[in-house]
Amino acid sequence: MQKYSIFSLIKNAISNHENWDLAWKDPSPKKEYDVVIIGGGGHGLATAYYLAKEHNITNVAIIEKGWIGGGNVGRNTTIIRSNYMHDDNALFSEFGMDLWRRMSQDLNYNVMFSPRGIINLAHSDAQMNVYARRGNSMRLNGIDAVLLNREQVREIIPMADFSENVRFPIFGGLMQPSAGTARHDAVAWGYARQADSMGVDIIQNCEVTGFDVVGGKIKGVRTSRGDIKVKKIGLCVAGSTNILAEKLNMKLPIETHLLQACVSEPVKPVLDRVVTFGAGHFYISQSDKGEMVMGGDLDGYNSYAQRGNLPTLQHVLTEGIAMMPFLSKLKMLRTWGGIMDMSMDGSPIIDKTHIEGLYLNCGWCYGGFKATPASGWTFAHTIAQDRVHELNAGYNLNRFNTGYLLDEKGLGTKTWIS
Amino acid sequence: MLYIKCPHCGWRSQNEFSYGGDATVKRPELGKEVTDQEWDDFVYNRKSLRGKHWELWQHLSGCRQWIKVERDTATHEIFKTLKASEEIS
Repeated sequence: MQKYSIFSLIKNAISNHENWDLAWKDPSPKKEYDVVIIGGGGHGLATAYYLAKEHNITNVAIIEKGWIGGGNVGRNTTIIRSNYMHDDNALFSEFGMDLWRRMSQDLNYNVMFSPRGIINLAHSDAQMNVYARRGNSMRLNGIDAVLLNREQVREIIPMADFSENVRFPIFGGLMQPSAGTARHDAVAWGYARQADSMGVDIIQNCEVTGFDVVGGKIKGVRTSRGDIKVKKIGLCVAGSTNILAEKLNMKLPIETHLLQACVSEPVKPVLDRVVTFGAGHFYISQSDKGEMVMGGDLDGYNSYAQRGNLPTLQHVLTEGIAMMPFLSKLKMLRTWGGIMDMSMDGSPIIDKTHIEGLYLNCGWCYGGFKATPASGWTFAHTIAQDRVHELNAGYNLNRFNTGYLLDEKGLGTKTWIS
Repeated sequence: MLYIKCPHCGWRSQNEFSYGGDATVKRPELGKEVTDQEWDDFVYNRKSLRGKHWELWQHLSGCRQWIKVERDTATHEIFKTLKASEEIS
């Protein structure tokens, strides 16, 4: 594999950039693999990369129905954070933050990680108390957290609405300075390129049509491009989890819901942080191109549509304008939707299953993108060692049966309430 | 925008409704011995079908009645609506 550097850039500039190597190959599926990862999104690609890098398992195929990086890793709002209160979430996410900081060097691919900080706004005294508690929990787990008062928030984001007669006045906020954003597509492509260079086959336009399970063990997977013999399968298909689970006669604590995001026309730099509205569900950052990147609530009903409806978008942007009135002057450039694997307690699942050789990675709800490296790392460990790592022990499937839920938000089982 | 025919009020926009989830999930019978698995299936496990899906909606900003709606989760097409008391055929 060609290493990307200033020298390779100069060398290829001389030949008009016509001789760059392909970033990854386009192989046909072999008859047999040690591990097959289903789903060529961020998590699947990262899993294959860490299988090869950390566990020296390179006879691996990634099977993707469409094209790699075309699902949620290409549709999110690129926010990376670890501002969780519960230990299982906090330690997992903070482990991921370390991987994010090193990612561009590790992958020899600029993922444009930008640790610009995230501010969760508070709009009441009660909410300030809740944030103080969360901030303290974060700091006990070694995560940076700063509680800001109204004036401190005003210094950082003066464009927010600090006038007196507003429905949701800004009382302050909780900031995680090390949080930030990254270039989402580069994450998928960087992992794909490195995985490919270590011998992983990335097989696109290949749909899974069924599984061969004999005596409770995985024997193979049937695809639109032929049958593949394999002993271990990792399922990393986010919003399509239930569709594949049905082929395995499994019922999971997952519902698939639609989440929309949108960007405005590009404007000059105005917002250098990620900011979330505390009296509803709205988050915003500004991309390097100048677009305001925004998102909020689920559409609120089961959906596989990958496109949204207007009422939710109106609702979300109303919150945005309440928080930052200048947004009303901007034109909308694009809106899009992705399908979320909403778990019943809001936390993900990375675990073995009752079928030997079948491993499950799903339930990421809104938080899939930031978890990409940690998810891939722990899932690769779970597959390679056939046991969970302590970092993903809390993300077990069994918790819905035992009652040890990981309910960071405490919303209960109504996944469409966001 | 979804356009839902409330069996009590007629055609209304999605804005008047709130969602209530899978309409085929049934609570285990009262007084019956319930296994952990049955309880799991009732509380947490969902098929989350792609395609035709019977679901509950409440006409919250209208007659406030719960209704059943058969909707395609991939195309958003709505095929049929029933009163909550009517059985899915």
